[in-house]
Amino acid sequence: MPETIAFWSLAVVLVGSALAVVLSKNLFHSVLWLALALTGTAGVFLLLEAEFLAAVQLLLYAGGIVTIVVFAIVVTERLVGERITQTSRRITAGAVTALALIALVVNAISRQPLPTAREPLTTDLTRTIGESVLTRFVLPFELLGVLMLAAMLGAVYFARPED
Amino acid sequence: MGLQAYLILAAVVFGIGLFGVVTRRNTIGILLGIELMLNAVNINLVAFARFSGSEVGMVFTVFAICITVAEAAMGLAIVILLFRVRRTVMADHLDLLKG
Repeated sequence: MPETIAFWSLAVVLVGSALAVVLSKNLFHSVLWLALALTGTAGVFLLLEAEFLAAVQLLLYAGGIVTIVVFAIVVTERLVGERITQTSRRITAGAVTALALIALVVNAISRQPLPTAREPLTTDLTRTIGESVLTRFVLPFELLGVLMLAAMLGAVYFARPED
Repeated sequence: MGLQAYLILAAVVFGIGLFGVVTRRNTIGILLGIELMLNAVNINLVAFARFSGSEVGMVFTVFAICITVAEAAMGLAIVILLFRVRRTVMADHLDLLKG
């Protein structure tokens, strides 16, 4: 029962803040709502007993991405000198597309026989994730390091001072 | 709560993100919508992993989160570069590739 209450509160926070992200007129407010949505997702991960992923979510998403988005807004809006307002276009078409997609996926989900209960955890999930990252998935893990390096170099190259 | 509830929650968040991507005119707003969509996918992965009793989905989520961060950094670097060249971040005005 406590899980049901926690799930529905998180669902309300997540959906509400996600709507605020796409509907807010002020771009800065959008980013702050995104931070709330990402924190809500960390709560969903906690509910699914994935503590490690909840921490990664908070550090990388809510900490990292929100910070660099705020930087990007400051850089691109300050030079224009306008207020940070943003408008949307084709709201009807967008709403129809999104609602159709949601209806399609929800319909497909409700037709499938899905498990309603889960097995209680017998092992430490964080430990299991760590072990498989460094044994079975060690090659993708190393490739991920290369990708991060490439992304970092690329971002620095793009953002270099004008010569 | 069953797996179904988590999947429907993720589908709704994904749909909202799609709405943002389609309707936003500011490029940074579009990127925020993409972040929401990727986030919804991560909820799906973790829910499936937890309900199937296998940790592989969670390992995949770790990779997905890292790749999202790289994507956001590159995307914003491109936005800043575009702004430097065109002095605007409105997607309507970024039509350099239009013949």
